[in-house]
Amino acid sequence: MANDPIHQFHIQEYFPLGQFGGMEFHFTNSAFAMGATVAIVVGFLVLATAKRSLIPGRLQSVAELAYEFVAGTLRSSAGKEGMRFFPLVFSLFMFILVANFFGMFPYFMTATSQIIVTFALAMTVMLTVVIYGFMRHGFGFLGLFVPSGVPMAVVPLVSAIELISFLSRPISLSVRLFGNMLAGHITLKVFAGFVASMASLGAIGIGGAILPLAMTVGLTALEFLVAFLQAYIFTVLTCMYLNDALHPGH
Amino acid sequence: MTWFISPAHAEDAAPASAPAVVPPAPTETHTEVGHEAGGKAPFPPFDTQKYPSQILWYVVFFGLLYLLMKRFLVPRLSTIVEGRAARIAGDMEEAQRLRVESDKALGTYEKALADARTSAHAIAQAGTDEAKAAAVKQRADIESSLTAKLEEAEARIGEIKAKALGDVGAIAEDAAAAVVAALSGQQPSADEVASAVSSVSAK
Repeated sequence: MANDPIHQFHIQEYFPLGQFGGMEFHFTNSAFAMGATVAIVVGFLVLATAKRSLIPGRLQSVAELAYEFVAGTLRSSAGKEGMRFFPLVFSLFMFILVANFFGMFPYFMTATSQIIVTFALAMTVMLTVVIYGFMRHGFGFLGLFVPSGVPMAVVPLVSAIELISFLSRPISLSVRLFGNMLAGHITLKVFAGFVASMASLGAIGIGGAILPLAMTVGLTALEFLVAFLQAYIFTVLTCMYLNDALHPGH
Repeated sequence: MTWFISPAHAEDAAPASAPAVVPPAPTETHTEVGHEAGGKAPFPPFDTQKYPSQILWYVVFFGLLYLLMKRFLVPRLSTIVEGRAARIAGDMEEAQRLRVESDKALGTYEKALADARTSAHAIAQAGTDEAKAAAVKQRADIESSLTAKLEEAEARIGEIKAKALGDVGAIAEDAAAAVVAALSGQQPSADEVASAVSSVSAK
């Protein structure tokens, strides 16, 4: 069981909260991971901005770096107007980043390795895009599906393709993050499992275990990169989709 | 692809699908005890039993994070970052303003200097002119007084000359009388001598 690479993704229910509409609600390890993620993000930002100094200290520099990074990404793809979505985009980036890093600690759950969590994140973005798009542009938002300069004859076909690509966005957005975190953690666990099972074979096994150990170390570094990269990709795509809500015409 | 998504929609669809969710409840406790024994337990991330709790906690925690970000953290961060940018821009503007001001002050200074120079020049010119005029006047005065003196002197000379010329006849008569007396031993009469002298001097 210790070597089961899937074990780490099990949702453990710590205590029940009761039933509602036939659904059971529990406080789970994934809920704990999300709560801890939010606590870390908020705690870090409060601490980092406590002094509000003109010349930033170390912690404040990191917070400002994150702010400038996300603000720059948002400005470059959605323009100055897109800054109205900054709290959402910054929340998403910090949440995914810290949740990914949180999962890198042994024995801690990776909330972003749960498809339902990543799907909820993606739906947060898509609902924001759709609701804001209709609020601001009314039915003009549907212009998103009718690219300008396309001959009338092929408009139905192009619109169908645009619609399908729009509807597949939440899926691709959530599956990308989920798949990366899941696959990374499984690979890590599999190689770590090799170390344990080979070492138990005796002296030769211990010598042979060096190779998967090296792999595990390398993969851990890679996973840290992936943890950041996936948070960044999610953020960039969010910014691009939010740009559609602001400017539906192509 | 849609099989990833359909469970979520089933959960979202609310009470209608609820009865379908309730029956497998015992299996859930079973999976908790030991999934290896069950064998049929779904791959954990696709276990729809666990979805409602996760969505609930996601909404709670992410909602909390978003609220804190919007109300509290982002304004704080942006006051720091944008405040610094604004302060830098303000300082630059102030520096620009001061520079323009100093340029203006330099301009006034240079203008004042040029004015002073021209006025000094004018004063010097006026002084020179005045001195020159005074010198000319003085010279003219001296010259006129000299001329007057010269004229006076010339008048005196003329007077003296005329007087001398008047005396010349008498002297010549005396001398002629003395010469005649010495040569002939006879004293000529005064009339003879006078007529003789005047006849000679008339020539």
